[in-house]
Amino acid sequence: MQITVNGERHEVAAKTLAGLLGELDYEGAWLATARNGEVVHREAREQCPIEDGDRIEILSPMQGG
Amino acid sequence: MLKLYGKQYHSRLLLGTAQYPSPAILATAVEVARPSLVTISLRREAAGGKSGGEFWSLISSLGVDVLPNTAGCHTVKEAVTTAQMAREIFATDRIKLEVIGNADTLQPDVFGLVEAARVLTDEGFEVFPYTTEDLVVAERLLDAGCQVLMPWCAPIGSARGPLNPDALRSLRGHFPDTPLIVDAGIGRPSHAAAVMELGFDAVLLNTAVAKAGDPALMAAAFADAIGAGRAAFEAGLLEPRDMAVPSTPVFGKAVFS
Repeated sequence: MQITVNGERHEVAAKTLAGLLGELDYEGAWLATARNGEVVHREAREQCPIEDGDRIEILSPMQGG
Repeated sequence: MLKLYGKQYHSRLLLGTAQYPSPAILATAVEVARPSLVTISLRREAAGGKSGGEFWSLISSLGVDVLPNTAGCHTVKEAVTTAQMAREIFATDRIKLEVIGNADTLQPDVFGLVEAARVLTDEGFEVFPYTTEDLVVAERLLDAGCQVLMPWCAPIGSARGPLNPDALRSLRGHFPDTPLIVDAGIGRPSHAAAVMELGFDAVLLNTAVAKAGDPALMAAAFADAIGAGRAAFEAGLLEPRDMAVPSTPVFGKAVFS
């Protein structure tokens, strides 16, 4: 299944967003996620399906002004 | 004391966390200046990356409240989604709302700003809008539910200081009870003191501290200048006069001729 994660194409097997984070070695409580432009909260990731062509954003804290 | 969305703060300095030579120097600057809030952002994390976690650990260790921003967002949708993601990570309803309208000047898109402010206020956010010094836009932001206004005084990172003091003075006059924070364009402590003397409630700055030769020393200088400017405003400033006025009493002066 082809999806886009943070602007890059990935071939993945995960069926859920939580599974995707594990498959791509993301870890930590400081991540925020969105699927196709909509926020997916932490507690919803287990139920959030991953489908072919999805656009996933995975963000974390960074310096800002 | 500075009060923003019902919370009191001891300091009238809000400090950005970007562009410091090192995380340790950032930490020292924050410890020296003790700002009321530090601004932070969100960016894409690389797979397996730990940089976000390390930065968040550093910020958490400083014991200062955070003000997440939507820097770099050019649409209402981007800004709203970023704000929602920031709320989840940072566990705060505060959001510094930026909707950029022009890539060269980083001037806010005030139309999108008002729209995004309304959406986020309805979702329970405490919106700190990065805006221009335009009076009518300020009114619209307050109508949208904002309880704080953050006009620029010059373009972000330009270090030019207050370009339009009359407009800043006008904002102060029109909104005597709304916290007004100058956000962006401050280059020197004297700029910060000048806007504080106009009666602004606080100053948000980043580059002028982070890019100083000694950021911690500059952070302290800004904290002092902001305190001095505020004290001067509260004390009541002497207005400029057209003519000289002797400070030493003329009465009783000896006559020798």
